[in-house]
Parts: sequence; C-alpha cells; structure tokens
Amino acid sequence: MNSEKTVRGIELRDEYQKFIGRKVLFFLALILGIITLSGIAATLGSAEISVLDVYSAILARFFPDYFQTTWFAETIVWGLRLHRILMAIVAGAGLSVAGAAMQGILKNPLASEFTLGVSSAAAFGAALAIVMGAGFAGGEFLIIGNAFIFTLLASFTVYGLARYKGITPETMILAGIAIMYLFSAMTSFLQYVGQSEQVQEVVFWMMGSLGRSSWDRVGIITAVLIICYPYLILKSWDINALGAGDETAKSLGVNVERTRVIAMMLSSLITASIICFTGTIGFIGLVGPHIVRMAIGGDHRFLLPGSALAGALLLLGADTLARTVLSPVILPVGIMTSFLGVPFFIYLFMKRRKEFW
Amino acid sequence: MVNITIKGLSFGYNGSKILDGLDLVVGDSEVLGLVGPNGSGKTTLIKCIDKILKPKGSILLDGREIEAMNRQEIARCIGYVPQSSSTPLATTVFDTVLMGRRPHMSWRVSPADIDKVAEMIELLHLDDLAMKDFSDLSGGQKQKVLIARALCQEPEVLLLDEPTSNLDMKHQLEVMEIISSLVKQKKVSAVMAIHDLNLASRFVDKLAILKGGKIYAAGEPRDLISTENIREVYGVEAMVMNDLDRPFVIPLRSLNGGIACD
Repeated sequence: MNSEKTVRGIELRDEYQKFIGRKVLFFLALILGIITLSGIAATLGSAEISVLDVYSAILARFFPDYFQTTWFAETIVWGLRLHRILMAIVAGAGLSVAGAAMQGILKNPLASEFTLGVSSAAAFGAALAIVMGAGFAGGEFLIIGNAFIFTLLASFTVYGLARYKGITPETMILAGIAIMYLFSAMTSFLQYVGQSEQVQEVVFWMMGSLGRSSWDRVGIITAVLIICYPYLILKSWDINALGAGDETAKSLGVNVERTRVIAMMLSSLITASIICFTGTIGFIGLVGPHIVRMAIGGDHRFLLPGSALAGALLLLGADTLARTVLSPVILPVGIMTSFLGVPFFIYLFMKRRKEFW
Repeated sequence: MVNITIKGLSFGYNGSKILDGLDLVVGDSEVLGLVGPNGSGKTTLIKCIDKILKPKGSILLDGREIEAMNRQEIARCIGYVPQSSSTPLATTVFDTVLMGRRPHMSWRVSPADIDKVAEMIELLHLDDLAMKDFSDLSGGQKQKVLIARALCQEPEVLLLDEPTSNLDMKHQLEVMEIISSLVKQKKVSAVMAIHDLNLASRFVDKLAILKGGKIYAAGEPRDLISTENIREVYGVEAMVMNDLDRPFVIPLRSLNGGIACD
C-alpha cells in the first residue's frame, strides 16, 4: 500500500496538526489559569501579601540569583499556604484523571469514585476509626489508614464480583453500586450508634477538606500520581479502543480484561491516596473529565492530561472560594466544588448541542 | 495475500451449539459472503476467525494457527468492521481511523501513521468529514469510516459484520462497491456476514449458506441461490431470476409464519 502524498492529503495532515494545536492551546490556557489562581490563592489569609510577593517568594527558592524575597513572604508562602494550594492541584488532578480513566474503561459517563463504591468505602473506614477507634494503623494514621485500606478493599471486591460474572463495564458498575450501598449502610449504622461529637466528625470528614494538607501528604499523593499516571497515559490508545466496544478493542490488539483491571486498580489507588487525606470530595472526578471532553473531545491521549489540569483548576478554584466567601469561616471544599462546578457544567452541557459522550 | 482454512470449528454457550463442526476455505483476494437466517451463526463465525471468541477446532491463516497467535499479531493480519450502529465513539473521523494504526505503533503517532490515515480517508472519499465527530455522521458515512479504520491496520483479511444493515439503497451499493474494489486493489481476502441475497449475489465471489450452525452449502452464488435452497434455509417461497448472469431473488411469502389473505 503506497501512501502517495496528494494535495488533499497534505491539506488533511495540516488540518490534523491544527486540530492538535487547538488542544495544546487549551492545555496552555488551563496551565495559565492554575498559575494565576495559585498566586491569588496564596495572598488570601490574615497576613497580607501581594501576588507579586507570592511569585517572588516561590521563584526565589529556585533562582535565588534572579529573584528577591522577604523572610515574611517566604514564611507565609512556603510555610503556611503553598502546601494547601499544591494539595488542591495534585488532589484535583488525581481525582479528575482517575474519573476520566474509570469513565473510559467502563464506557460509562457516570463512572466515578462514588459509583464504584470507592468513596463510600473510604467514608466507612474513616467512620470506623472515628466512632469505634478500630483500624489498621494507630495514632494519626488511624483514619487515613482505614480510609485507604477500605478504598482498596472495595476495589478488589468490585473486581472479584465482576470477575465471577465476567469483567464487563455493566458488571463492574453494578458491583460498584452494590458495594456503595453496603458501605453507606454500614456508615449510617456507625453514625446511628456513635456519640454526637463522633457523628459530627464523621460528617465533617465526608464533606472533604484540604485543611489537613501538609508537605508530606502533597509528596505522597504526587508520588502515587507519578507511579500510576504514566501507565494510564501509555494505555490511552487502548482506552480509546475500549470506547468503541470490547470486540473492536480486541480486534485492534487490545488485551481488554488486563487493561480494564489494571487501569481500574490504578485509578482506585490514586483516589484512595487522595481521599484518605482529604475526605470524600465529590464532583471533580465526575465532571472534570466531562468539561474537558466537551471542550476538546474524547481522545484519551489528550483527555487524561486535560482532565488533570481541569481537575486541578476546579479544586483550586473551589478551595479558594471556600476560604473567602464566609471568611474567616472556611467552608468544606466538597460543598464548594459542587456550588462552583455544577452551574458551569450545566452551562456547557446546555450550550453544546451535539453529543459529546 | 492470504487464505483462510477453517476445520471442524465449533462454538457454543451453556451447552447450546451455535457453530457445529464447520469446514470452510477462503481463497486469496476473494470475498466470501456468509448468508443464512438470524441465529444461524454468521456473526459468531466472524468473531471466531478474529479470535474475539475462542472456538474449538482450527482456523489457519496461510497455515498459521490463529490460536497460537497473540492479539497484536492477529490485529496486524485481520481487520474487523463491526456494524456501524453498534459503535458509539466520541472521537473525530481522523482519530477513529487513526485507531486502526494501534497494532503497528507505540504511543507516539509517526508521520507515516498520519500519512496512512490521510491515504485511507482519501481512498474512501471521507476527506471533507475528517475533522467531524464520528457521532455526527450518517450510517453510510460511519460504515465507510469503520472500513477505513480496518484498512489502516494493513490487514490481509477483512472481516465485515453486516456492513449494509441500516443503510439506504444508495449507501448499500456504495459500501459494497468499495469493499469489492478494495479487496482486488489491496489484495486482501474478505469474509462478510450479509442478509441481502441480491447484494451478496452481485458482489461476493463465493457464498457459504449457514443453517443451524452448520454449512448448508458453499460455492458460487449462481449455483446456490435457488428457490429450493431459499425455501429450505429461510422457510420462504421466492422467485429467483437471472440478470447479467447473476441470480436475484424476489421473496413471495413466508411458508410457516404468514397469514393467508385470499
């Protein structure tokens, strides 16, 4: 088969390059949004510093010969505020990437950490630690360890149930929903028998918050992302093929079951490593990928990185608002993500008439 | 060029046999049409040839046992075109066709891959639709995109599952003409499940009639399309006429399900 380059063929190649270029521009806009919002977010708080002070303090750490900062600005930025901002960025990116991967491999626009039972398992783990004091680890890791272990336990259970019936998107979603209801019921039971302070703590944990961020935790989530994300990106062609149906994916050379199971496990691991520190933050994993899908299409080579950037921007935006709307009271970020994102999502959803899924 | 030899092929679910001891040979640059009533095993046979389903028996591609080949090797030899109506995709036409390069490329798309996609898009006259979303296309256009995707695999064998179902008369003819000419031009073998006996008669080189998971008859269309065979296989009374040395069928009435009006 010769590939002769006709005039129309050359035009087609140029059109495709421009098409890719538009996606890259979208990424650059999101990156710019994250950098700008990070600067603004770091100025918010009782100690007043300017956006310029923030950027200078950050850049002076890496390029001390070129940028000057004050001790005050450096302490405020590096010691108090930047880890929370980075936590929002890595947690938002992780939740959104995991959501995009789950939706892709399960061919279901509703697939997310909630529909696969992962969030409710984490909530149960945390509730068990808070109400009963029982868990897999002690001390400050009691709640975190429980949330993490129960998240993975839910994923393995969903996988086990689906494997018994045959690993298809339908069996995995149905098994996930069954697990979600089971853990929700068990959490409700713990809330019913718990004391009022404990119940309050469980409810607060389930609303999600970035208030528990620290450099160590940012580092752990980043490390998990660095381990898991490359596999998902590497398999983006296979996830695209899965969207065309299992049979088509097999005919294109994809090992359907293995790809689906590994991608599902890695997505769960990313989610587990985030929500064990932040509590359950809804919306990002579900809607972050949909916003990107509506903007640049469903090609996972671009959808996965795009979702990471959109998720980071959404969670950072939500946390920034959560810290300011009722200042000095800081609202749980889980509430703000929906308040901020749902109107935006509905706007895009109504504006875009053609199918995007 | 490649030929397919199928020996003693059987497949079933939960004890019920869908294919039962099939023997079949598809020659080089030949279009084999699989015809037969619903549930006779046409689609199942196509899926077995592509190892989407794992049957008992033997399928040889130029003497190579399919069972011993991995998914990637099979994808480099066999292109599968599913029914367009069952394929929801959230990608553009260009990206959908590019997916056909998956068995040949790593993550990175090379200029040669882009060239191959552009070539196939031009070959199937899809250039004006290249940057449109697949979901926005008509049934006939979708079918052409799926054929282009399969051709991008540079296959030696093309498997098509009812490529003309849900298409109007014009698009049925267009799709069949494309398949017929591509098979000769690209020197591939094709196996096609098809319901329309008249299209099969006109465009395939060989027919295999399936009934109850077995080959009822195999040979040239002019030898197989007869009132007796249609009555026996479909339970339909039909008139078979000849035009341009090809038989064509006018179905008259169902033998066991119809309601008498006169």
